[in-house]
Parts: sequence; C-alpha cells; structure tokens
Amino acid sequence: MDTTAAYNDRVVRQFTIMTVVWGIVGMLVGVIIAAQLLWPALNFDTPWFTYSRLRPLHTNAVIFAFGGSALFATSYYVVQRTCGVRLISDRLAAFTFWGWQVVILGAVVTLPFGFTQSKEYAELIWPLDVLIAVVWVAYAAVFFGTILRRQAKHIYVANWFYGAFIVAVAMLHIVNSLAIPTSLTQSYPIYAGAVDAMVQWWYGHNAVGFFLTAGFLGMMYYFVPKQAGRPIYSYRLSVVHFWALISTYMWAGPHHLHWTALPEWAQSVGMVFSLILLAPSWGGMINGIMTLSGAWHKLRDDPIIRFLVVSLSFYGMSTFEGPMMAIRTVNALSHYTDWTIGHVHSGALGWVAFITIGSVYMLVPRLFNREQMYSVPLINVHFWVATIGVVLYIASMWISGVMQGLMWRAVNNDGTLTYSFIESIAATYPYYAVRLLGGVLFFAGMLIMAYNVWRTIRPAEAAAPAVAPAANA
Amino acid sequence: MSLFWSVFIIVLVLGNIFACWWLIRWTAKPRKGEAAAHETTGHVWDGDLTEYNNPMPRWWLWLFYITIVFGLIYLALYPGLGNFQGLLGWSQYSQYDEEVAAAEARFEPLYARYAEVDIAELAQNDEAMGTAGRLFANNCATCHGSDGRGARGYPNLADADWQWGGSAEAIRHTLINGRQAVMPAFGAALDDSQLQATAAYVYSLNGRNAPERLVAAGREQYQTLCVACHGVEGKGNPALGAPNLTDEVWLYGGSLDTIEQTLLNGRNGQMPAFAETLGEDRVHLVSAYVYRLSGGQEARDELAAR
Repeated sequence: MDTTAAYNDRVVRQFTIMTVVWGIVGMLVGVIIAAQLLWPALNFDTPWFTYSRLRPLHTNAVIFAFGGSALFATSYYVVQRTCGVRLISDRLAAFTFWGWQVVILGAVVTLPFGFTQSKEYAELIWPLDVLIAVVWVAYAAVFFGTILRRQAKHIYVANWFYGAFIVAVAMLHIVNSLAIPTSLTQSYPIYAGAVDAMVQWWYGHNAVGFFLTAGFLGMMYYFVPKQAGRPIYSYRLSVVHFWALISTYMWAGPHHLHWTALPEWAQSVGMVFSLILLAPSWGGMINGIMTLSGAWHKLRDDPIIRFLVVSLSFYGMSTFEGPMMAIRTVNALSHYTDWTIGHVHSGALGWVAFITIGSVYMLVPRLFNREQMYSVPLINVHFWVATIGVVLYIASMWISGVMQGLMWRAVNNDGTLTYSFIESIAATYPYYAVRLLGGVLFFAGMLIMAYNVWRTIRPAEAAAPAVAPAANA
Repeated sequence: MSLFWSVFIIVLVLGNIFACWWLIRWTAKPRKGEAAAHETTGHVWDGDLTEYNNPMPRWWLWLFYITIVFGLIYLALYPGLGNFQGLLGWSQYSQYDEEVAAAEARFEPLYARYAEVDIAELAQNDEAMGTAGRLFANNCATCHGSDGRGARGYPNLADADWQWGGSAEAIRHTLINGRQAVMPAFGAALDDSQLQATAAYVYSLNGRNAPERLVAAGREQYQTLCVACHGVEGKGNPALGAPNLTDEVWLYGGSLDTIEQTLLNGRNGQMPAFAETLGEDRVHLVSAYVYRLSGGQEARDELAAR
C-alpha cells in the first residue's frame, strides 16, 4: 500500500522534525540553567538571561514544544493507521502544526522578556493561552473526527489514551487559564488564595497525568507492540488501568500542597488517590514490559527496543516514587527539595523522552521511506549516553534532595537549627555539578539523534532506490 | 463547609474509590464466548496489532486492593471525607501546636536563664554566644551577612557605627520592635542645580574636597531641608535613625552620584520586628551577640574616651 497517498504523513513528518528541534532547544536551556545554579555569574547580569526567566522557558520548551510535538506527530500517525483512514482534514491538521509552532515561538519571545502570568507550567500570557485553546479544539476535531470515520469497529487502546489526553488537557488548560485581561500582556486570574493554588495544582498535576502520562501511554501502546512484533499482553489490564488511571489522576493534585493553607480534607483526598494511583500506573508498565516478554532476544541487537524497555522501567520507578512522595510524612521531608526535581526528571527524561526517542527512531525511516535509520550504532551510542545522563541526573538530585530535607530539619540541643539555609546550598554544589554533567550527556544524545535523523532524511541518501517500504508499512 | 458540600465530597470520593473496585471485579469476570487466556481477542489493527486476553496479574490486583483498603482506612482515621474530622481527631494545626509546645517546654528554661543575665555580661558567655550565633545565622544573616558586616542598604553590625544607637538597650529595642528609617525624596523640592549643590555639600561633610561654589550653595539647602534630622553639623540623630554624614560610613554609598540619587528618590530602610518570631528571651540573647559583634564593652569604653 502506498502510505503517502492513503494517509496524511506530511503533518506527521513536520511534527516529528520539530520534536527533534524543540527537544534540542529545550534541553539546551535546561543545561544552561543547570550551569547557572552551579555558577550564578553565568546570568551575566542580563535580565532575559537570568534563571528566573529561562526556567519557565525550559519547562515550556520540553513539555509543550518537545513533548507536545511528539504527541501530535505520533497521535496523527497512530490514529490514521489504527483506524485505517486518512485524517479528516489536511487543512485543519496543518493549522494545528503552524498554530502550535506559533504558540512555541510566542513562548520563546515572551518568557525571556519577562511576560508571564506566573502560574507554574502555565506561564504564557493570555493571548497565547487563547491561541492554545483554539489549536487544541482543532486538534480534538481532527483526532476525534478521524476516529468517527474509522474502518475497524473497535477503537485501538492507544487511541483511548490519546483521546483522554486531548479532552483532559483542553479542560485543564481552559479552567486554569481563566483570567481577566488588563492589557495585551497582563491579566489577573479569577481565583484567589488557596483556591488559586488548588486550581493551579489540579492543572499542574494533571498536566503530568494526562499530557506526560496518558498521551505517552498512547505512544507506548502503538510503538512497543509494533517494534516487538508481539500482541499486547492483556486487553483486560488495559481496560482497568485506563479507566482507573484517568479517574484517579484527577484527584491527586492536592499532594503538591501538603502542610499548607489548603483545607486538610483536600490534602488527605489528594494523598489517598495518589496511593490508589500506583496500581493503575503500573498497569501500563506491566502491559508494556510483558508485551516485550518473548521478544527479549531483541534487546541484544535492537537499540530501539532498549529505549522502549528503559522508558517503561523509568515509568514504573517514577510512578512508584510519586505515590510515596504524596504521603504526608514523606512529603514533609521531600517537599521543596531537589528530590522533587529528581522525581520530575526521572519521569520527564527517563519515561517521556526515552519513549519519544524510541518512537522517533521508528517513525523517521517509515515517514521518509528509508529502510532504516542512517546509523544503528549511533542509536546505540545515543542510548548509552542518554541512560548514563539520566542516572547521573536522578541519583544526584535524590541525594541532594534527601540531604537538604535532613539539613533543614536538623535541630541542636539548644533548639536552634543546626544549619543555616545557605549551608544547605553550599552542600548542594557538588550535586549541582553532577546534575549538570548528566544534563550535558542527555543533551549530547539529542545532538547525536539530530545528526542521525538528518543523515537519514537528506535527499542524497534517497538516491539509492528504496528497496521496499519499511517493514510493516 | 455546608452540609451539602460535605455530602457532595463524600459521595464523589467514596464513589470513585468503589468504582475502581467494581471496575476490577467487572473486568476480571469471565464472559461467554470470549477468547481464552493466551489467545488474542480477535481484533487486528494496522496489519499486525493484536491483544492477548490474558488475565490481570494476581500480584497486581492485590496491590490495587491493598491501596484501596489503605485509602479507606486512612479516610476513616484522618480528615478527608468532607466535614468528618477522622477518628483520630488529628489536624496539622494541632500537630504543629503540640510540637511547638513540646519544643518550648524543652528549650524555654535555657533561654529564660540567659534572659536573666545582663546583655554586656551575656556577651562574654561563649556557650550562650554559640547558640546566639546560630540564631543570628538563621534569622539575621540573610540581610546582615553571616559575619554581620552587612551589605549595601544593610548596616554593618561589626563596626562601631550605629544608626539607631549601639547601647545594649538600643540594640534590644531595635530587635524587639524593628526600625523604619525614612529618608524622604527631595526630587520635587530641588531643581537640578540645587540637587547638585546639596549633594556636593553632603559629600564635603566628611572632609572630602568639592567645588567651593557648590558647597556654599548646598549649605543653604542643607540648612533648610536636611538639618532637622541630620543636625546642624551633619552628625545625625540616632533617635530618628538619621545617619552621621561626617564619617566614612555610607549605608547606601558615598559617591557624589549615589548621594544625588539618595536625595532625589529617598531611601527606605526596614528592620523587621522580631518580638513575635523569636520571642523576647531569644531576642535578648541575639542582642548580646550583636553587642559582642561590634567589640563588646571594651570597644564602647574606647569610643567614649575619644
């Protein structure tokens, strides 16, 4: 079958390329701010280059630009193939691509200039928020419109997760961003005080739950069985963990506000549902890993499978760590420390980035009609560099986080604090250095991928007639 | 919260938890005509994507059940179900109060003993000063520096110069009540040439050279605008927190430019009150530490003799 005619792969190609580009940009900014924490002079006394302006740029670039582009690319690719139809509208799909890129460019310009609405992971000013909402509605129309026209009776499990991600993110984004504009760049949220904090973390945690989890589980449910060439391990498991995951995630936000002015009942409910969330989260990991069982020999020579397996392992690890950190007593130690940063990156690098990288390596040859990537050994190099990078990053932040928590609560016999705050920062410096090294390694891996992708798709390589469309095409 | 919202929360929370339970039971149930375990369900997508109909792993189901049971027990014991406070009657506020009370009971006698000692004498007690130094590091060092030598806008506590007076009693008063030093902005009262002249005069007060013509003109302005707080000779007034302008110490900087800025825009110095945060006994101890930082009684005697 000539896939180029049957399916709209143009928009998938565009989003796939931008996934690589924004991944590099976002992680470069991450490396820069990690270096600034180690050497504060690196802000050069330049307002737009300070940590406070670049940190939201980093989070927005990696979550929404890198992760978002990956989700657009794979969801469009997967929904067409598993429904057996072309996207319902090429124009609308093109609009989502260009609209999303404008949002990202808007972020790249406004955030360093200091235009922000100061909501974590939702910093963008209201005109950009409006554009996001419009693009997202168009995305939903394309995705669900395509599902409605599907040829197969049953909707494939990957599409459940993509669908839940699209619906939930629309709701979260709109509710959290409700604000009264006072000028083009300024607005005031309609919520105040503890309510505002609760809305922000309801949004913030579900951004993790639906953007960074459900969406990427959709990716997992297509690319893992595809690359392993094996059936999904358990249909029943996917039913239970899907419904349990999306219903319990919605409650988990208050665990970001333990021991605060948030009413205690909300804190407790957040903690309880975070714990109940453990099994549904692991359901996805089990289904992925067990799908690979029977294909373990592929781990030896297929670096893409390695990326997928390691991503599932990190997913399992961080979804165990999350519920533990949501327990009041543990949170009293871990909150406000680097442990949180380590936890987030074990999810963002270990799970989200790894599954994305594996999927990109699978997608690129299929999308550009090549037999395989330009260099499989380079994928392998990328795998090891990235794995060492993640491990250094997470381990250093775990140690420094627990150390900070213990230093802050240490009390002398006379009731005074054993350490002043600045002593805990001084003690953190070696770990900042290790974290920076981990970040640099991960970033270097992204550059290796970019080179490999570029060599795969550049026209010169196509001169040799493609033997056959990639396997499975 | 009202009864309605309380019930609303209880119904939603318990409803969602029991829905999870029901979901597991309902999905685990075998159905007629379905594919056997280890067979695929029969659906095929994209050429080769299929699904086994394996049962859910038993250990995983147990994990799920255990978290659900734990959650229900937790909600019975702790506040979570609407207005229901939980069987333990726990609250983060009562836990905090209890911990604070326990700490007070344990540590207050120590500080009460120190509070009975005169500040100048307490400053000689090395053990007490060790404790005070840690209090200083956690409460004062943010602005005044870990060595107490201050920063721009934050007075140096380790020298003999005092904005609000350096006696033991004055230091204690500063810590208990805080201080607000207000240097008004004279931008509206002075035109450019007057501003330059006044700045030149202030610049010259500690013996530095400035053009005589400007100094003479500035002296006139000074006698009208500045004299009330900084005094005829510019020696300042500790009662108002008005700095001495005739010495080498400049809180915000003593360059001609900076003096002009100070005159133009004014300055606001804020020292927070620590009576509430630290309590009077600890303030007493920290006062002794600050007293010692600036050289203790010897330095004061020396200063008085000068």
